[in-house]
Amino acid sequence: MEKIVLKHVLPAVFQEQRAVLQSDVWLQELSLQRGEKVLIEAESGTGKSSLCSYIFGYRKDFSGEILFDGQDINTLKTGQWVELRKQSLSMLWQDLRLFPELTAWENVQIKNNLTHFQEEKQLHAWFEQLGIADKEQALIGRMSFGQQQRVALIRALCQPFHFIFVDEPVSHLDERNAQVLGDILSQEVARQGAGLVVTSIGKHMQLDYQKVLKL
Amino acid sequence: MSLVWKLLRQHISIGQFAGFTLANLIGMAIILLGLQFYLDAAGIFSSKDSFMKKDYLVVSKQVGSLKDLVKNGNEFSDAEVIRLKQQEFTQSLGAFQPADFHVSASLGMDDLGLNFSTEMFFESVPDEFIDIQSSEWVYEPNSNMIPIILPRTYLNLYNFSFAQTKGLSKLSEDMFKMITIQIHISGSGMHDTYQGQIVGFSNRLNTILVPQQFMDWANNKYGKGEPVPPSRLILEVKNPTDDAIVKYFQEKGYETEDDKLDQGKTTWFLKTMVGIVMGVGVLITALALYILMLSIYLLVQKNTTKLENLLLIGYSPARVALPYQLLTIGLNALVLVLALALVFVVRGEYLHLLRALYPDLVAGSVGTVFLAGVALFVLVSLLNMLVIRQKIAVIWKLKD
Repeated sequence: MEKIVLKHVLPAVFQEQRAVLQSDVWLQELSLQRGEKVLIEAESGTGKSSLCSYIFGYRKDFSGEILFDGQDINTLKTGQWVELRKQSLSMLWQDLRLFPELTAWENVQIKNNLTHFQEEKQLHAWFEQLGIADKEQALIGRMSFGQQQRVALIRALCQPFHFIFVDEPVSHLDERNAQVLGDILSQEVARQGAGLVVTSIGKHMQLDYQKVLKL
Repeated sequence: MSLVWKLLRQHISIGQFAGFTLANLIGMAIILLGLQFYLDAAGIFSSKDSFMKKDYLVVSKQVGSLKDLVKNGNEFSDAEVIRLKQQEFTQSLGAFQPADFHVSASLGMDDLGLNFSTEMFFESVPDEFIDIQSSEWVYEPNSNMIPIILPRTYLNLYNFSFAQTKGLSKLSEDMFKMITIQIHISGSGMHDTYQGQIVGFSNRLNTILVPQQFMDWANNKYGKGEPVPPSRLILEVKNPTDDAIVKYFQEKGYETEDDKLDQGKTTWFLKTMVGIVMGVGVLITALALYILMLSIYLLVQKNTTKLENLLLIGYSPARVALPYQLLTIGLNALVLVLALALVFVVRGEYLHLLRALYPDLVAGSVGTVFLAGVALFVLVSLLNMLVIRQKIAVIWKLKD
């Protein structure tokens, strides 16, 4: 997939504010190119997680059109979505969507077992770099949110992708860990030649963004 | 252990699934046992004359008084035969043809110095009512050998009265069949001797049967040439439990010689009882299925977030449904094996009992019940798989 286009997209809950809404994304025609790094800055409650959910096919409560390489995503079938989520689109959800019953390692494995995309050695290396190597066998439910964010990032990298969306990836991380996470993400995005879309409500990773949009 | 299974087995209620397994086992065992019992017991009620067609009746006229006898005789006129043939319940109709000549028989066992001799009578019915190997039930004109079917009472009379009082050994059916009887036939001024070969014994026909072919030939040769109207008819009916038969017979003053109608009723009652029992089994199975469905609904509901997250990280609905589908198929397979085992154990017990009561019982096959069990397993499993698949599809579409 080379291009994601949003045409006059507006969440259903914002319909009443249509006239006064000022946004670089909502109600605009916006194109996200593969290989591009985009930062979407938003205030709380402006619909950043909704945007991620729409693009991932998880929610459909919006007006306007979202096109993947020209195809309206409302016409995609179940099987196509499954393939997209496995091969083309990766997402680091704001609420992480990890499984608290599994260990950090198992949370990563459950994705990698599906795609067989990353070597175990690489996964261990990332745990190490992110300072959570000693937490590999700890249950997610017993880890801090900051630690969980790092596990969720590793899981998001366990698949091939053309675009990766990271929704407030460093909200609970210190500067050093935020920088490490940013580096790993940048390397993997560059390696796959993918597009990166980062959302933030303030604190964000320092990367060479081509576009900065206000939601 | 698969990580997906590790996740999805959360919230599985052992109690609910054990309840389903037990209820399904009871339901399935009742259905299969009912079917097996029917197959085994049906043999008791069906006719023991393997060489006669099953649903036939022997019809004669009631003899009320001497006056009736003199006035109408107890023979069936052509018109009466035709009317009976036209009845709704009639499948086919044949007449007993009596011999128009004199018969006597002697049975000699020279080794033992024994000799029986008796007056006899022959009758025949059309061959289509005789279900014996055609090679045995055939008479070649001018041949010296006549196949005959004797009433079983003759055999009993010999074994239980004659042999016992004379201190002779009892003879089995097969041994009797090896004995040839001297048949003396006279009429039209001729007197000939033939060999009689016993090919079967009948519980239900109190007459000595010879092939129709022989009767036609011998009546022609030894008879006076006058047609003899039949006094007994053999009637094959579509359904022996049909009320219309009894009504018609009462109206016309006909009677049947045997208890075939009662047997039909007994079979009908057996069918009804087994039907009711199997109905209860089906109901229990349906309720068990309902319990399982509720359990799965509850399980899927409790694990909604997990299922949703699995779908969002790229697992397909089919892959996510698989663990629950395999679980139910596993349980159903367990139930099938246990139910079949139960059926065979219980069958062993009741067959033992039935055989004590009916020594010559021919038990039904177990293959039918095995197939029925497998069919039920496939049906229930398919239904389970479909419901689980649909439930997952609902989660997929939850946010639409």
